[in-house]
Amino acid sequence: MLAFLTSQIRMPALAALLFVAPQLAAEDIGDAKAGTEVWEHCSACHQIGQGATSGIGPHLNGIFGRAAGGLEGFDYSKGLIREGNNGLVWSLDKLDAYLENPKALVSDTRMSFDGLETKKERDDILAFLRQFSDNPQNIPEAPPTARTHEIVLPPEVLAIVGDSEYGEYLASECTTCHQIDGANEGIPSITHWPQEDFVVAMHAYKVKVRPHPVMQMMAGRLTDEEIAALAAYFEKLE
Amino acid sequence: MPLNRRTFMVKGVAAATVLSAPHVRADNHAGKPKVVVIGGGAGGATAARYIAKDSKGEIDVILVEPSRMYYTCFFSNLYIGGFRELSSIGHSYGGLTKGGVNVVHDWAVGVDRAAKTVSLAGGAVLNYDRLVLSPGIDFVDGAVPGWDVTSQNKMPHAYKAGSQSELLKAQVESMPQGGTFAMVAPPNPFRCPPGPYERISMVAHVLKETNPTAKIIIADPKPKFSKMALFQEGWADNYSGMVDWIGEEFGGGNVEVNADEMTLSIDGEVTKVDVCNVIPAMKAGRICELAGITEGNWAPVHAATMQSRVDENIHVLGDASAQGDMPKSGFSANSQAKVCAMAVRGALTGSKVFPAKFSNTCWSLIDTDNGVKVGATYEATDEKIAKVDGFISSTGEDAALRKATFEESVGWYAGITADMFGS
Ligand SMILES: Cc1cc2nc3c(=O)[nH]c(=O)nc-3n(C[C@H](O)[C@H](O)[C@H](O)COP(=O)(O)OP(=O)(O)OC[C@H]3O[C@@H](n4cnc5c(N)ncnc54)[C@H](O)[C@@H]3O)c2cc1C
Ligand code: HEC
Ligand code: HEC
Repeated sequence: MLAFLTSQIRMPALAALLFVAPQLAAEDIGDAKAGTEVWEHCSACHQIGQGATSGIGPHLNGIFGRAAGGLEGFDYSKGLIREGNNGLVWSLDKLDAYLENPKALVSDTRMSFDGLETKKERDDILAFLRQFSDNPQNIPEAPPTARTHEIVLPPEVLAIVGDSEYGEYLASECTTCHQIDGANEGIPSITHWPQEDFVVAMHAYKVKVRPHPVMQMMAGRLTDEEIAALAAYFEKLE
Repeated sequence: MPLNRRTFMVKGVAAATVLSAPHVRADNHAGKPKVVVIGGGAGGATAARYIAKDSKGEIDVILVEPSRMYYTCFFSNLYIGGFRELSSIGHSYGGLTKGGVNVVHDWAVGVDRAAKTVSLAGGAVLNYDRLVLSPGIDFVDGAVPGWDVTSQNKMPHAYKAGSQSELLKAQVESMPQGGTFAMVAPPNPFRCPPGPYERISMVAHVLKETNPTAKIIIADPKPKFSKMALFQEGWADNYSGMVDWIGEEFGGGNVEVNADEMTLSIDGEVTKVDVCNVIPAMKAGRICELAGITEGNWAPVHAATMQSRVDENIHVLGDASAQGDMPKSGFSANSQAKVCAMAVRGALTGSKVFPAKFSNTCWSLIDTDNGVKVGATYEATDEKIAKVDGFISSTGEDAALRKATFEESVGWYAGITADMFGS
């Protein structure tokens, strides 16, 4: 009896643990505070923050989303300008590659800097730099601020993925646009479809065969199991 | 069968969910767990509806909202532009009542976090196990020199929809020929980043038809704004020569108004204007401050559950929250409300809690059948709600795509309002 009671009391806490852990599908870029120290490797040549101007190197305000070699009036190397003309825009990955080994990305770069070998240092400086570019809260189109990975659901959760409750939760994200009563005005109805057609359509958005950007984005973050759960849920809706 | 630790481990989640439900009890009173939601807008109405719907009667949900009719800010610019009737953006709370939410039309005037109670202007005191705050925004006092809320009948903000939207629309329509419409735009962060600029487009649309020699000035404290390239292209193509945007660089942040004289001073230069739409700097709805959960102007929250960082029994949604990367929009508030509803049910009834997912799309209308959009998906990190992916309409898109985008926004409006109010 005592055992019974204890397990009952523990359960809510345990349940919370089981479910809180897998919730973070994205991770922060790095530690921006630690990045201020890494910045000392850069500050001899670069300025950042209010009133920053270009010196030996270009100023780095707004570097995320800026075209490579894109500051007017700065005397860049030919190679960096060429990359900019090829369409290189500074994103998290591109900056990471450049800072790891500047010459790998731009052979004749004028940045005489050996690169930051450790991933931690690069993550931290990137988090530091990100603070001085547009904030998506104010400019929603600004570049991302975190790294995402497909959610790896622990087995306990996977076991329930097929169930309609999961489908129902996932579907609550769709019903902001697709009406539950099947109304079809400006946005198509997605209720009562044969599951297979539904799954095929969602995968077509996911792999970007279908062009619509909203749906590419929505489908792009769903796993196969999640698409299946949604297909099941929307087929059976009352 | 007595359930020992071993069988618990084997049965895992299913056992935890089933068993935990009846044993989690509200601790400050007998009976069902109680949730009080303050604010019946995009965040609060959605949260109340989902908690009531998904808990199937296991949780008592009370929604506190002073108005009987909620006018959405979204599409209120379209009303000003003549594309919607005011009645089409008003929503009553009948659907929520039918859905099992107890709607109380009153103001919340205080929160006692230790006692877990909310007091209402009418004198009632409500107990809660979890409190959800989605009160939207208030304006920062003194943000625009010369303006305070008593000036709003002469210089409307129209940033809370309803009578303010009606007033601004009437003012635009009665401008003298060749007159001047001025807007004082707000600093970051503020409700609906593209909102002021969609409004400019809608005002320009009206003036082009009725008052083509009129002028529009925007005094803006910011160096850039959302969808800037799209709006500027749209203004040049459709309202050539009419719109003058004065950004930070040219003193757009250094303004003063005089509501009696109807003047606007930008960087020391005084202009007489016919309409002055002042949108001051914003902060979380005042009840957040009264509850003692703000830091600076906003109420910080944990991303995965929307719980206040100050008090785990309080969740803050929508514009009032400081959550990270999501813009303050109706879509965001609605998205956050679903994550919050799931977390609240999980905590109070032991129901399943899935990984938080957030998304947002903001459409704007530039001219008839000329819609653009920006959207993104977000995930919870330890620190904040972080943007992980996104898209934006391009400049130079063809008319058919712009028309389809506008039609999509009409579909979205019907979708989100049904999702909020359960009409
Ligand atoms: C012109 C304009 C255009 C917009 N366009 C769009 C758009 O196209 N798309 C989009 O997604 N978003 C848009 N928005 C933004 C959107 O309206 C807000 O972000 C959204 O309403 C925020 O939801 P909320 O729940 O935080 O606050 P609100 O929806 O403002 O709800 C707050 C509610 O709380 C109530 N309240 C406040 N204090 C108390 C209290 N003490 N007691 C009880 N009740 C209280 C208020 O009466 C109100 O009903 C626009 C906004 C504006 C101004
Ligand atoms: C010795 C001087 C020097 C140091 C140290 C240095 N840089 Fe540079 N950096 C430059 C120069 C010069 C360029 C222009 C390169 C070119 O034209 O190829 C540049 C270019 C860049 C660019 C591309 C900018 C653009 O507009 O396209 C980035 C990003 C950058 N540096 C980041 C950093 C960071 C982060 C650090 C520190 C970890 C750093 N740099 C250290 C001199 C330096
Ligand atoms: C921001 C609004 C929005 C959201 C949120 C959204 N959709 Fe869509 N969806 C659309 C639009 C617009 C279209 C039409 C796209 C096109 O033209 O290809 C569409 C199309 C679809 C289609 C194909 C319909 C057809 O007739 O071919 C499916 C299936 C679908 N959505 C499923 C979903 C699911 C599942 C979700 C939730 C995970 C979701 N959508 C979320 C806007 C949205």
